[in-house]
Amino acid sequence: MTIARFWRETPQRYNLGGAKCTVCQTVYFPPRSVCPSCAQHRQSIGKLEPFHLSGEGEVVTFSVVHDAAEGFEMQVPYVLAIVRTREGPQLTGQVVDVDPKEVKIGLKVRATFRKLREEGKAGVIHYGYKFAPAEDWDGRPPGRGMPAHVPSELPTRPAEGSARA
Amino acid sequence: MRDVAILGVGMTKFGELWDRSFREIGIEAGFQALVDAKLSSGDLGALYLGNMASGSLIAQEHIAPLILDYSGLGPHHIAAVRVEGGGASGALALHEGWLAVASGAHDFVVVGGAEKLTDVPDVEASRITGGTADHEWEAVFGATLPGLWAMIARRHMHDFGTTREAFAQVAVQMHENGSKNPNAHYRNKITLEAVTGATPVAEPLGMLDCAPFSDGAAAVVLGPMERARKFTDTPIRLAASQVACDAMALHHRREITTVDSTVVAAKRAFAQARRAPADVQLVEVNDAYTIAGLVALEDLGFVEKGKSGPAFLNGEFARGARLSMNTSGGLKSQGQPFGAVGVAQAVEIVRQLRGEAKERQVSGATLGLAHNLGGTGGTSVVHLLERTN
Ligand SMILES: [Zn+2]
Repeated sequence: MTIARFWRETPQRYNLGGAKCTVCQTVYFPPRSVCPSCAQHRQSIGKLEPFHLSGEGEVVTFSVVHDAAEGFEMQVPYVLAIVRTREGPQLTGQVVDVDPKEVKIGLKVRATFRKLREEGKAGVIHYGYKFAPAEDWDGRPPGRGMPAHVPSELPTRPAEGSARA
Repeated sequence: MRDVAILGVGMTKFGELWDRSFREIGIEAGFQALVDAKLSSGDLGALYLGNMASGSLIAQEHIAPLILDYSGLGPHHIAAVRVEGGGASGALALHEGWLAVASGAHDFVVVGGAEKLTDVPDVEASRITGGTADHEWEAVFGATLPGLWAMIARRHMHDFGTTREAFAQVAVQMHENGSKNPNAHYRNKITLEAVTGATPVAEPLGMLDCAPFSDGAAAVVLGPMERARKFTDTPIRLAASQVACDAMALHHRREITTVDSTVVAAKRAFAQARRAPADVQLVEVNDAYTIAGLVALEDLGFVEKGKSGPAFLNGEFARGARLSMNTSGGLKSQGQPFGAVGVAQAVEIVRQLRGEAKERQVSGATLGLAHNLGGTGGTSVVHLLERTN
């Protein structure tokens, strides 16, 4: 994947930036420009506003992956999960900092900012969200575990001439 | 819209066809179908070719005119169109062919499906086929196709008490069926213990829960029903052809354990044909992963949601039982050349309905259903095929 292609989604992958429909109040991740929930889709155009997810949620289902996706070979076996966030949207990510045998449907988790994968030895390193167990998220202010700002040392924009096909 | 018939069928062997090129297998299947239909190539109006990823797999795009050209049909200058819908590409091409003949735009068309997956290493084939799910929001976070289906399996076990043995038994049954199919990629029988004890791929799925990457091609010739008798004594009517789509990402679906695109495509197909699931004797479902076969039986309406495991273990979907599932051996045993799968499903049902399935023949069947699916259900295609005499 080119740097530009990954960099484009930085606000979502780094900060869980989603969108909220101001017509019907439904929250989306990743952000959308048209709301599928509004009976009249056209009403929602231009009425979706940025909305940050807290990063807190529950495991809906999971798998322990042994045959890795490309770029994830060094991480096997890893736990892949679908997480339902407190705000509603579901997303796919790894569950880390836990013995895979301890992962269960319903496990409470919180998003954490990690290295996702590397593209070969000299390739780009991709960062984004993973999830870690967080049995204590109830009542906490949203947003814990995710950086408020993208750390400056991370590749947030493509360097000159470094984009690869 | 007028009634459409399948006049001829053909397919290559599925498997690791290292000695054969993409164009060779495409042409072989197409010619078999034309010869079977007793149609001369000058009668053709169009060619529709289902293919998922020729550009990534064999560095060749623009393959529909290529196959047309090497089939000797170039001088006729007929329209040749590639159709892509991930693993559902073949059935999507069949749908396009049906639309063309049903609408009267063309009288006779060839629908082919072809894929060459073994010219690249397995790891590359996994990455390319994984692109039929949502790359940006699934694959980038470590999701693989088996990983996604494994999450469907896990939730199915959690919600309905489905056992590991239930979906393992799908693999056993598919290999049993495929052992009688000379075109199958795998013709060996396997045991339940072999499936449950196989190397894990994405828990709870192991190596033997996953269909192989195969090379292969299949083709059918379509024409108007009212002219079908000129070509064959047993035209098979395409009683329904329906496509339905849904969110690409599994996490965006209404439910993890239900493939809504399949539910909707099946409902529309039964309505179109004015038939019900109980009228069907033969079904070819997408069993790229064993759990996918079980979920499909539920979503198509053949068994209540959540009850497919016990019903399958009970033998209700064995060859010759109340509903014969995947007499071809399915994707699991016959093989999985992505773009060819949906067309090959139609070929198998036509051969069964005509009584030409030899060792694996099911007796007395008159209505069959083909279910083809892309990714984890972004696209589902359902066809109903009927013998009318
Ligand atoms: Zn809305």
